Amino acid sequence: MTPSKWFKTDRAELAALATAWVVPEPTRCVQCGICSFSCPMGIDVRRHVWLGEPVRDKHCLTCGECVARCPRKLLRFGRIPSGVSARPGGEAFHG
Amino acid sequence: MARRHLLIGSGPASVAAAEMIRRLDDRAEITIVGDEPHGYYSRPGLAYYLAKEVPEDRLFPFARKDFERLNVELLIDRAARIDRAAHRVKLESGRDLPYDRLLVATGSQAISAAVPGVELDGVVKLDNLDDARDLIRRSRDAKTAVVVGGGITALEIAEGLVARRLRVHYFMRKGRYWSNVLSEAESRIVEQGLRERGVEIHDHTELVRILGENGRVAGVETADGTRIDCDLVAVALGVRPQKELAEAAGLDCERGILVDEHLRSSDSDIFAAGDVAEVCQTGTERRTLEILWNSALAKGRIAGLNMATEPRHAYDSGTPLNVTRLAGFEITIIGLVGSGLGADLQGPSRGDSETWKPVGEDEVVVESHGETGHVRLSLGENTIAGAVVMGDQEISFPLHEIIRERADVSDILTKLQEPAARIAEIVHEFWPGSKAALSV
Repeated sequence: MTPSKWFKTDRAELAALATAWVVPEPTRCVQCGICSFSCPMGIDVRRHVWLGEPVRDKHCLTCGECVARCPRKLLRFGRIPSGVSARPGGEAFHG
Repeated sequence: MARRHLLIGSGPASVAAAEMIRRLDDRAEITIVGDEPHGYYSRPGLAYYLAKEVPEDRLFPFARKDFERLNVELLIDRAARIDRAAHRVKLESGRDLPYDRLLVATGSQAISAAVPGVELDGVVKLDNLDDARDLIRRSRDAKTAVVVGGGITALEIAEGLVARRLRVHYFMRKGRYWSNVLSEAESRIVEQGLRERGVEIHDHTELVRILGENGRVAGVETADGTRIDCDLVAVALGVRPQKELAEAAGLDCERGILVDEHLRSSDSDIFAAGDVAEVCQTGTERRTLEILWNSALAKGRIAGLNMATEPRHAYDSGTPLNVTRLAGFEITIIGLVGSGLGADLQGPSRGDSETWKPVGEDEVVVESHGETGHVRLSLGENTIAGAVVMGDQEISFPLHEIIRERADVSDILTKLQEPAARIAEIVHEFWPGSKAALSV
């Protein structure tokens, strides 16, 4: 693999993550708490799942810890629908 | 006058019902009374607590302040008797609580083994938080454990004890794990995973006696006369609904509390939800138990809705799904089941649903094993009736939709049945996947 190809893949991945939310499938969740426990930013991911909402929190780094550690694999990265601000409060998101 | 709702049981069904009632009626009086000393926590999370993946204090989705904010009273007490005529419930503490609407969500309880020696110190189970604490405490000094039973709980115990550095023997009475639900290939994948994690599997092995020394477990004896030394014997034989309170009150019961599609019992002011409720599978006469966390939440919400308003909302058992992790493999089971309980269980295991359809004569089963996982489909005439997905879970999301919506899959039926068919790819192309999924 040539270096330029590595960077292209990384850039695409980073761009994807920067414009993504953690999206739950709430019907699979058993409220075990591992997601909240693994969040480096202290977000109560479990509460988001209970409410059936994506983690639309400006502190979320999309680090993927909760996604990786969920024992039921019910958290996934999902694209933010166009026209919707990534930050509650309406601030424009500059990617 | 504000309606008084009394919810017996402090598990997911009651909590979901309480939230729903409060959402609909901000003047209602809502009281939850449960005999679980630790209140409301994630029972499925106990497996991860045992395996050291999550600390105990993280198992509680609701703090006291959450109940206060909802204006729901939570009492740790045991309901001793329902007085239906007086619309009152007598508690063990002596207190007497009135109700306009009552929810019985008393859940289920682990079935005990019936072998000699079961009363010895060192015979354990994993049914509640106190059991998990007990296992953790004992694992500090114990060296060897024998685990008997089937379903998900048996493996949760085995893997948890391995994580705590015990030598673990797992006994299967027949030839393979969970043979009434999993295919041969799937059982073998799980067994191999267990072995790689250090669990010693003994097939065609039956526990007939627990041996003791000074009142404590010292070993076990199997049907062929072999003795294995151990300090712990863990039992996971399945659960039975706790219907005694309802039965004593004269409510119609069979294996659980019988309810109609509105989750109403034979008493028009009493509802039931969760493990204890025996519902008719939607559209059939078949009565089923669902020992599933999310089914309990769904039933709790419908019961709460019907208690707060009038009973006109039906519970739809739908296409229940369970996703769990066995031997490190995520595994999703949708709409499929085998027949009966299998050799290692005496009751449904936590994580089982009887609404999963039995694989019938008119259903074709196709299986494929790829680099990232294993998929099995049970095909109906032009639908997919059920699925098991092990390993990479990506295809389980579209499969759940396809099964739930009874989508017409005639276009891919032939392709799916070809030898060496790559099932996940075929399904993915046919149904491009949930819109939420990110394709990077």
